[in-house]
Amino acid sequence: MVLFLDFNPFDNLLCILLGISFTVWFTLLLVFIIVPAIFGVSFGIRQLYMKTLLKIFEVSGNHWAFLSFLAIIAKEPTSLEEEIKEIRRSGSNRDLDSASEFEMSDIFYFCRRGVESIMDDEVTKRFSAEELESWNLLTRSNYNFQHISLRLTVLWGLGVVIRYGFLLPLRVTLAFTGVGLLVVLTSIIGFLPNGRTKNFLSEKVHLMCYRICVRALTAIITYHDSENKPKNGGICVANHTSPIDVIILASDGCYAMVGQIHGGLMGVIQKSMVKACPHIWFERSEVKDRHLVAKRLSDHVEDKTKLPILIFPEGTCINNTSVMMFKKGSFEIGSTVYPVAIKYDPRFGDAFWNSSQFGMVSYLLRMMSSWAIVCSVWYLPPMSREEGEDAVQFANRVKAAIARQGGLVDLLWDGGLKRGKVKDTFKEEQQKLYSKMLVGTQEDRSRS
Amino acid sequence: MGSRASTLLREEEIEEIKKETGFSHSQITRLYSRFTSLDKGENGTLSREDFQRIPELAINPLGDRIINAFFPEGLDREDQVNFRGFMRTLAHFRPIEDNEKNKDPTASEPLNSRTNKLLFAFRLYDLDRDDKISRDELLQVLRMMVGVNISDEQLGSIADRTIQEADQNGDNSISFNEFIKVLEKVDVEQKMSIRFLH
Repeated sequence: MVLFLDFNPFDNLLCILLGISFTVWFTLLLVFIIVPAIFGVSFGIRQLYMKTLLKIFEVSGNHWAFLSFLAIIAKEPTSLEEEIKEIRRSGSNRDLDSASEFEMSDIFYFCRRGVESIMDDEVTKRFSAEELESWNLLTRSNYNFQHISLRLTVLWGLGVVIRYGFLLPLRVTLAFTGVGLLVVLTSIIGFLPNGRTKNFLSEKVHLMCYRICVRALTAIITYHDSENKPKNGGICVANHTSPIDVIILASDGCYAMVGQIHGGLMGVIQKSMVKACPHIWFERSEVKDRHLVAKRLSDHVEDKTKLPILIFPEGTCINNTSVMMFKKGSFEIGSTVYPVAIKYDPRFGDAFWNSSQFGMVSYLLRMMSSWAIVCSVWYLPPMSREEGEDAVQFANRVKAAIARQGGLVDLLWDGGLKRGKVKDTFKEEQQKLYSKMLVGTQEDRSRS
Repeated sequence: MGSRASTLLREEEIEEIKKETGFSHSQITRLYSRFTSLDKGENGTLSREDFQRIPELAINPLGDRIINAFFPEGLDREDQVNFRGFMRTLAHFRPIEDNEKNKDPTASEPLNSRTNKLLFAFRLYDLDRDDKISRDELLQVLRMMVGVNISDEQLGSIADRTIQEADQNGDNSISFNEFIKVLEKVDVEQKMSIRFLH
């Protein structure tokens, strides 16, 4: 590694210096980051870093409040029937018993509701990053702040230097180390015969590599209620904000992953992981076949030696302010469900993956150039389907528990609305309700 | 800078919109934020598709008619509305404040006056903008609101009865003045207003 260029003593010196700094660099990396990752201990460096950052944010004089929690308009919680009756009552000379079927003022209800949803609706704001009211010194979080003082600019400039000059290279190195080790070691373990030794080693290797990846993102995670951690033969469900959710959960416990086989680097990782322990990967064509998917999942949970399955029932990434409709597939299988709530702290970096805005690689680079990823994970007590409860009701019950624990809004809307259109059945329900108001009076009249 | 705030609203523009619509400074900036988040094409205007992407509006039986109100020029598919037009239409739903009632009578009528709110509702019925609600137009709106749940005959008789009660000059359609007369007791100010939180 050291080149001898006799005619230029400065180059010689430069090479020696480079060599020394690389060695120092890697030793530090090894001692402070990789070794603790292997043994699952922590020096507390990341916690210290987080405290320092908070102090700096305070110094820059910001007060925290989150814009997305502040609604623009006041929405009346009255139902269709109540409100139309009220409008009619105020406009009518006649008494209610012989109320007419239809009034021209009925459209006021639909009119106002429509314009209310144009000004502020519950769904579309879940598919873009949560807005902060104060600035956390990241350009990407700077939405409408027009007055940036000199002090803030200086801090921001320093931040850029530290994040891109020091943190990013460090993290990228760690990421490559973590992923590389994962691929190599799981392939090696794949050669062992199935048995206790293989499972034990596979567990250790997976945990170690995920912990290195956690440090590669400078993720500072607080786990709550670890006594409820998922056990073999169960299904772990969690709310979905980004692909990083997987790394966060898998660095604290071993899971069987479920997903589609990708090409490229992702595919290589997936193929080598499955050599060491059984994950459930589907070909693209198999994903559409719901029976096949359900069969493979239930076969897996029946085998108690296999690890618990990790599933994200929302089916897509949501921006961590709400939990959207859970797809009922995983709740039909009939095994114990272990709900997990994940809540990110957006002050240090926004973890939401807006797949229409960024590809995977640019998303990961953004993650690695943020300050840190700070989140809390709550392991909720296990739940099973009760008597007389169908899969959809069970799914909603689990969803409500996760939303409550994580402080997220519980929505009935489908996360698929990110890309697709809303079903007509919702409109038909409203039409039916209104028709009852018109026709209902007809029936009453014929009775009297 | 985030791509969303790429065309920040200038102070002069905010002042002009304030004068025209009566919204406050903070309401205008919040609604501008909303406008840009709906503007997926990021070209400073909204198309009909941008509105239809709002699920709560898409399931509203009168959703399409409400979207129409933002595009006054016609039913051309290529229509775009800019922020001024957006605010001008939304201004109809601003609550009427007490101090406005005693304003200078020579000034032009504010967009959120009772008459203008009624005009907004009238235009939802009057698709061809001929200032008359014909029987057909009334039937169309009724059909949108009830879906498939009521028969043609029943709907027809409801429409006939409504026109009969409202029509005063015997032309078998409802003019804007007749519309105002029918609704003279209804609390339009409250029912066609949206309250802002700050």
